[in-house]
Amino acid sequence: MYNQTEIIKDTSELGADGELVINMGPQHPATHGVLHLVVTLNGETIKKIEPHLGFIHRSIEKMCESLTYRQFIYVTSRMDYLSSHINNLGCALLIEKGMQIEVPDRAKYIRVILSELTRIASHELWLGAMAMDLGAFTPFFYAFREREMITDIMEDTCGARLTMNYIVPGGLMYDLHPDFQKKVKAFITQFKSKVTEYEDLVTNNIIFQSRTKGVGILSAEDAISYGCTGPVARASGVSCDIRKIYPYEVYDKVEFDEVIETAGDSFARYIVRVKEMNQSIRIIEQLIDNIPEGDFVAKTKNVLKLPKGEFYSRVETARGEFGVYIVSEGGTTPHRIKFRSPGFSNLSVLNHIAAGGMIGDLMASMGTLDLVIPDIDR
Amino acid sequence: MFSLEGITTSVQDWLFMKFNPTMALAMECVIVILLSISLFALLGLVLVLMERKVAAQIQIRLGPNRVGPGGMFQTVADTLKLIMKEGLVPDKADKLLFNLAPFVVMMVGMLLLAPIAFAKNFQIWDINIGVLYISAVSSLSVIGILMAGWASNNKYSLLGAMRSGAQIVSYELSAGFAVLTIVVLTGSLQLSEIVKAQENGWWIFKGHIPALIAFVLYIIAVTAETNRAPFDLAEAESELTAGFHTEYSGMRFALFFLAEYINIFIVCAIGATLFFGGWMPLHIGNWEAFNHIMDYIPSSVWFMGKTFFLIFLIMWFRWTFPRLRVDQLLNLEWKYLLPISLFNLLLVAVIAILGWHF
Repeated sequence: MYNQTEIIKDTSELGADGELVINMGPQHPATHGVLHLVVTLNGETIKKIEPHLGFIHRSIEKMCESLTYRQFIYVTSRMDYLSSHINNLGCALLIEKGMQIEVPDRAKYIRVILSELTRIASHELWLGAMAMDLGAFTPFFYAFREREMITDIMEDTCGARLTMNYIVPGGLMYDLHPDFQKKVKAFITQFKSKVTEYEDLVTNNIIFQSRTKGVGILSAEDAISYGCTGPVARASGVSCDIRKIYPYEVYDKVEFDEVIETAGDSFARYIVRVKEMNQSIRIIEQLIDNIPEGDFVAKTKNVLKLPKGEFYSRVETARGEFGVYIVSEGGTTPHRIKFRSPGFSNLSVLNHIAAGGMIGDLMASMGTLDLVIPDIDR
Repeated sequence: MFSLEGITTSVQDWLFMKFNPTMALAMECVIVILLSISLFALLGLVLVLMERKVAAQIQIRLGPNRVGPGGMFQTVADTLKLIMKEGLVPDKADKLLFNLAPFVVMMVGMLLLAPIAFAKNFQIWDINIGVLYISAVSSLSVIGILMAGWASNNKYSLLGAMRSGAQIVSYELSAGFAVLTIVVLTGSLQLSEIVKAQENGWWIFKGHIPALIAFVLYIIAVTAETNRAPFDLAEAESELTAGFHTEYSGMRFALFFLAEYINIFIVCAIGATLFFGGWMPLHIGNWEAFNHIMDYIPSSVWFMGKTFFLIFLIMWFRWTFPRLRVDQLLNLEWKYLLPISLFNLLLVAVIAILGWHF
């Protein structure tokens, strides 16, 4: 189509004022998936970042509209695959709210424990992957050692290690595995004894600190106006924990702190997630011995039908606020469905915080935003 | 007692007895070339396996353990795979420079083998400006890297090569000053003289604090010079995919890979020679009996032991630290390491003049 001279002319125009345009992704070691960043560079300094989305768009929202209320929950595990239990919980909560199903206490407790385990597993993976973005390989294996125990627990509980499906409208799919409590306690002991290794290896490392402190600063106003949620916003001093503001399940009965840092830089985002892991452990410790006996699922009709109207429910995933919005016409499938995914809003802030920095800073900023690409594209 | 010196002497005697001097010299050259190429290949295989095993130990996993006993032949299998793989040349690349670059980088490594004393009287070329020769030749490798980055016609390669250029040129200074510290203490640039000066104790012990500072500076500087983590900005794969060798595949890539490990070996060998006495056994003052026992360990074992200890140190760095940012890297050199090395050189000059060292 083009002859060669035209192509050369084209690139020289792009490179005006010493600018260099590089495509990071869709296949790039730092984007952790098929995210495509068009980065305009001036030497090592970043002038502009333009994220191109859609490489893993599977039209999940449209797909869910043709599935029944029992079926569509399973698809949501494939969005933010690191918080699949929490995604399922968000959908289940909406259906329970719409149909006024009373969930048994046992199911509520187990749901919260599983959510927190999922959160820890997600943060562990993030920790390893982010350290790898900054060039340290070893923390990845240390983080995965603990994450492996959680995946084993998940495998016992629901049979899957990654795209877990266990939470259904009205409660849980099955009762707990008999080893569950024992294994979770073993994990807590292991985690508490090993968390100091992360401190030694990553947090207190002078190179790590100089790479992340003061890098990718996001102010509280910007965090709100870009719609950031989760650890990203909390590191900028915005209180936005759904578990505290709109408590669901038994979060109002357990004691835990909402971790808030005010620096707003990459290091603050790192600290928030590490501290959140400890808070999750605290929540699990309060619940694990007190799981009430009884039914694990409420009696529901075989075919669920939401009454006519609009419904919204929100949960706090490892990445932030996950919202489910359903318009029902009273049928067996949702009329319209929309997921509010935390990753999308958190990605939108990338150009704002990383432009003006260096390529190395982009890795620190992107790593601490904790992006999961299927969650952004859906 | 086993010694490499005996073997080389008898080979030389035999050659000179059988052939005329010119022929004998030519044959010696051929033997040396063959030996250094095989050392090259062997070191590549051993060091890659060592790196993987060290990394595995640090990262609580097993490492290669399928090919051969304990995974010993893993790197052989990897090399075979790389040899058989097609070496792609990008369409828009500068063909000549693209093909030349890996050889330049490897040739520098080979040239650097010449003045290294592997054992007592076992040295290819005991040049009288040994240390200067090493500093001069080792800075040539940046040309190969810049060549690779430029000829690939790839933006990532170009960025990687630019980073590498800035980095090697700056850290050359600190490494040079650290080496000079020992030269000041010894009073000679010749490597055999430097080793001989450590007969009654290695410089790291008897050179007081300046030698210790120089050693730390040297290790940091050569880690940066060989593009190893935490200074592996030139090939930072989370930022620049593979940096200057992004476009290389097959055997051309293998040559870069090999050259990296050979360079590590060489800088560690030089470090061992300067600070740990090269092939010189551990001698303590006038403990005659102790020194005598130490002499029974062959000098080649001493040399290799020290070198591999330093190599292990550099590998340990790689699997522990995150990577620095490019401006932090240059700040570290120009704002901290260089002033310290200058001051250290002054200190060691005072010590050498006053004769305070042992």
